[in-house]
Amino acid sequence: MIEIGLTHYLFLASIIFTIGVIGIFLNRKNVIVILMSVELILIAVNINLVSFSVYLNDIVGQVFTLFVLTVAAAEAAIGLAILVVFFRNKGSIHVDDINSLKG
Amino acid sequence: MLAHSIIFYFFSFITIASSLMVISSKNTVHAVFFLILDFVSISSLFIMLGAEFLGMLTLIVYVGAVAVLFLFVVMMINVNFSELKSGFLEYIPFGLVIGLVILLELGMMIATWKYKPDFVASNSIVNKTVTNTESLGLVIYTDYIFFFQLSGFILLVAMIGAIVLTFRRKESLRRQDITTQVSRERADSVELIEVKQSEGVKIND
Repeated sequence: MIEIGLTHYLFLASIIFTIGVIGIFLNRKNVIVILMSVELILIAVNINLVSFSVYLNDIVGQVFTLFVLTVAAAEAAIGLAILVVFFRNKGSIHVDDINSLKG
Repeated sequence: MLAHSIIFYFFSFITIASSLMVISSKNTVHAVFFLILDFVSISSLFIMLGAEFLGMLTLIVYVGAVAVLFLFVVMMINVNFSELKSGFLEYIPFGLVIGLVILLELGMMIATWKYKPDFVASNSIVNKTVTNTESLGLVIYTDYIFFFQLSGFILLVAMIGAIVLTFRRKESLRRQDITTQVSRERADSVELIEVKQSEGVKIND
């Protein structure tokens, strides 16, 4: 309990991951909070990768974290751009209205 | 060692509490601020682990770019966010059941995992001769150069996509049209006419 090991970091990452998943379920109407929950899930995965990389003494996990970070930034930018365009056309950001995006 | 574990518990408590606030706060602007707090404490945890380059990168990319982008969008669109919160209570049982199942599965997987004997104790990355940044750089630009270039390409595509999506051409603005400007002939605009004495010129239209 006092000695901080890999298990502590893994438990922390799984708790944050779960909070992110619950956030997607709870905020069914607010797309911005859903995007933030996706960011939480991605950073939980990052914690997993970094702690395994440190405790296995292998730098490749941190390289992978770098790529996850890139994809997370790109995803946030595209998602928010779609959100802005959607708001401009519809005047709301209700998730229930987004089914008009399909053909 | 005691200070190390106290700091770990402090940062992880702040992380969990602020991520709970992100998904449950009524005001979306507050949620973005809690997201920033979350990212800051997670980057502190990265630095504690010995991955200081990624800690700083998390601070720059997430706090400096992603969270500010979220803040911009929240402030730009004029929506009644408290109205979007309706139906929050109705999803709580469902979300809690799913979340508990996921947490139980992850916890079982972590708790029953068998480590290699020298695995947990081999935290020797701290007293290495090469710094974290240097060892990352030694790998990225040699073995993973293709993936590094590919991630840059992903960012380029995302940037072009975001610009194309949000770009709006206003019809009311007068713009310079270079093709018509250059292809103007002399005959289109200037005309020479004989002017008679003391009669003046009648300009058509």
